[in-house]
Amino acid sequence: MLIRVKQKSTPAPSEIASEAEYQNRRSFIRSMGFVGASTLLGGTACAQENPPETRSLGPLLKSQYSTDQTVNSYADVTQYNNFYEFGTGKEDPYEYSGQFKPLPWSVRIEGAADITGDFSYEDIIQSHALEERIYRMRCVEAWSMVIPWVGIPLADVLKRFKPTSNAKYVSFETVYRPSQMPGQRRPILDWPYREGLTIEEAMNPLTILAVGVFGKSLPNQNGAPLRLVVPWKYGFKSIKSINKIGFTETQPATTWNDAGAYEYGFYANVNPEVDHPRWSQARERRIGGGLFDAKQPTLMFNGYADEVAGLYSGLDLQRNF
Amino acid sequence: MTLVPGKQQIRFIIKPIVFVLAMLPLALLCLRIFNIYGSGLGPNPIETVQDYLGIWGLRFILISLAITPAAWLIKKPWPIRLRRMLGLFAFTYCLLHFLAWLILDQSLDISAIISDVIKRPFITLGTLALLLLIPLAVTSTKGWQIRLGARWANLHRLVYPAAILICWHYYWQVKLDTIDALLYCAVLAALLGVRLWKRRRL
Ligand code: HEM
Repeated sequence: MLIRVKQKSTPAPSEIASEAEYQNRRSFIRSMGFVGASTLLGGTACAQENPPETRSLGPLLKSQYSTDQTVNSYADVTQYNNFYEFGTGKEDPYEYSGQFKPLPWSVRIEGAADITGDFSYEDIIQSHALEERIYRMRCVEAWSMVIPWVGIPLADVLKRFKPTSNAKYVSFETVYRPSQMPGQRRPILDWPYREGLTIEEAMNPLTILAVGVFGKSLPNQNGAPLRLVVPWKYGFKSIKSINKIGFTETQPATTWNDAGAYEYGFYANVNPEVDHPRWSQARERRIGGGLFDAKQPTLMFNGYADEVAGLYSGLDLQRNF
Repeated sequence: MTLVPGKQQIRFIIKPIVFVLAMLPLALLCLRIFNIYGSGLGPNPIETVQDYLGIWGLRFILISLAITPAAWLIKKPWPIRLRRMLGLFAFTYCLLHFLAWLILDQSLDISAIISDVIKRPFITLGTLALLLLIPLAVTSTKGWQIRLGARWANLHRLVYPAAILICWHYYWQVKLDTIDALLYCAVLAALLGVRLWKRRRL
């Protein structure tokens, strides 16, 4: 796959002025009704003027698991995010993640495995071939996108650490860096963000460790440099900016489940028949449509039932939501 | 304040200014709908429109409720003359918010609409609030004011429970970060509290 790298060129002063003016007008019009206290309390981080360049990731393998549904635009994928570490508004991650330094990066591997310790981003990724995986992503808030991730099967990575027979679950943690992540300065969630999967879910071929989108490295707001993508679960399970992975015998605590066990289960499988207590999960809004686009029906396991329904045979999904 | 505008000044200067200001949020929304100056509605235009109209509906409810205390504060009755127009703007934004939900979000799907109104408590609250506001908008004219006499003021006290329901509706639909909603609740509490306090002292 050929990827065009953006040419770096110095804009003429007149271009800079008009761009700034444009942004000002745009943000004034937008701010009528949108700058709330949560944004203002987000701290002193300044808005992202020049997002750090993302790197091209070179040739990618195609995958049988990719969907052929229409992919969302780069703007949709990178400017409409839930990443509370950078603020609770959908545009906050795009606007306030400019200070975040994703590299160098290291990941601590711990728990029930033969090989544990600290590993660099390169240690984790280098020996694997990168694949493109075009997945549907369904948020627990009843919207969805189609995103062309770049990553590697999580199973291939985990196996290198030789998990023992005690490894029944895999736990994940997001980095804690309040100086670079203004959202972490407010105790909205119990930082650092934690997630977990059963070992079978983690080893399922659909589960990937993503390092990029659209053929380039992940922008900060999408979870740079390393994140999980579990396409049959609500988006909050796909934890971002991971710096700790553990193999555990018991079910690990997870952030949203701790914040509201009644609303957010450990499994969090996409399921149109189990409503969130405050809204319906039967339908979803596909991002990128116009003002008059109707919602579409949500599919069991987000349409990945063939690949994953077997993981839950015998489990009461109404209770284990 | 020594400056007291006369009847003519209110009618021909102050009211038109307030009218234009109150139209401004709607005008800016139109700019965004037609993407003028690249302002746009963002990746989720329906949610953007709906939230924008809802928050302005709430803001105008609070502005309308602030008029009476403002008149007390300056010890002059003239601001009261702006109350009806502001109240009708509040109703308009609330109604547009509801219509955005009905037409854009639900695509007029009757069964989904009924089930949401019944099953989702925050939507039930919003619906109740809107139902309370309708008789107030209808009876806002001079004719109705005369016809209802003393009952008119009583009827229009329905705005208090409506405002409480709206704040509760807002608070309840927030996923986690409730600080903005709580700030609006605090403003409403202050506006209602000052009325209770005034009554006590009479
Ligand atoms: C009567 C006056 C009403 C006011 C002032 C009002 C105000 C609000 C406000 C402030 C919000 C939060 C917006 C945000 O998150 O920024 C909201 C959300 C919402 N309201 Fe209302 N509301 C009213 C009535 C209704 C009615 C009658 C319905 C439907 C029957 C409704 C449906 C909704 C829905 C579905 C949301 C959530 C939108 C989303 O997902 O972002 N509201 N409303």
